[in-house]
Amino acid sequence: MIPDGWFIYLAILGMGLATYATRLAGYMLLSGTHISGRFKTALEAVPPAILTAVIAPTVFLQGQAEMIAGAVTLLSAVLKLPLLVTIGLGVSSVALLRTVV
Amino acid sequence: MNRNAFLAGLKDIAPMMIAYAPIALLWGTLAASTGLSPFQAWLMSAFVYSGAAQFVSMDLIKTGTPLALLIFAIATVSLRHVLMSASVSRHITAISKPKAMLLLFWLTDEAWALIERRALHQPISASYFAGVAIPLWFVWMTFCAIGTQLGSALGDTTRYGLDFAFAAMFIAVLAGFWKGTRTALVLATSAAVAVVAKLYIPGAWYIILGGIAGMLVAVAGHTEETSSHDS
Repeated sequence: MIPDGWFIYLAILGMGLATYATRLAGYMLLSGTHISGRFKTALEAVPPAILTAVIAPTVFLQGQAEMIAGAVTLLSAVLKLPLLVTIGLGVSSVALLRTVV
Repeated sequence: MNRNAFLAGLKDIAPMMIAYAPIALLWGTLAASTGLSPFQAWLMSAFVYSGAAQFVSMDLIKTGTPLALLIFAIATVSLRHVLMSASVSRHITAISKPKAMLLLFWLTDEAWALIERRALHQPISASYFAGVAIPLWFVWMTFCAIGTQLGSALGDTTRYGLDFAFAAMFIAVLAGFWKGTRTALVLATSAAVAVVAKLYIPGAWYIILGGIAGMLVAVAGHTEETSSHDS
């Protein structure tokens, strides 16, 4: 059995190593290899696919405020407004919308 | 170290540094209620440095999850980093291997998104990587530790909408990847699969499932035209 006081330190160590391993894994597997064809296409799709998958539940499942604020943010991004402005618009519109919807 | 590239990274991550202070405070209060001391909370934030992993772990520790299961659960929550790190490996070929391995310790969702955004137009240097990834670490560690002392004095943080900053930044970065109808199919598939997975599968599987679904659609649409650029 793990002594009481040790559990949290072992948890921190284990969680830290597990997280760092995932952060290294993709790089270690691919660095120095030549990538082409279908695999290249798959890799090029990682940014849009993961960005979308991370935020989809926040935007579509939380409520109307988040959905409308997501649309406002997207409009700002499509208009190529500066990053800070786009984030500010998203945050302020969701704060405002949560008070009304 | 190139000062200008570092500052460019710092400038890109600055809004997230502001938005993350209250989220770190919130995690700190949660950590205190789970029984972590300020030092333990700081240590976890320094070494694990992942909001998703840290929030999930408090739930698991509270319910008395055994160590091995806890670590396994955190690895699954962090699986998305494997794909992020694979994708980023294409942009950091100019950085030496030991330096890249060190910098990848600080690869958060936020830093990753901003690196991908910059890589659309210019190469990624170690200085930019450091500037975009490391400053947020100091904010995160500091405010996580302070949070343990605040109790619930914070109130309802969703009132200020800061929890939406992350989603807003991701949407802003996402817009840069638009390449017409082919992209639309990838985005629609990723979003649909992620939403359904979030509704029916407990845990953080929705990210990796949505991501892989989008990648598969991209590969299905792979044609000679898109591969003709390969050498």
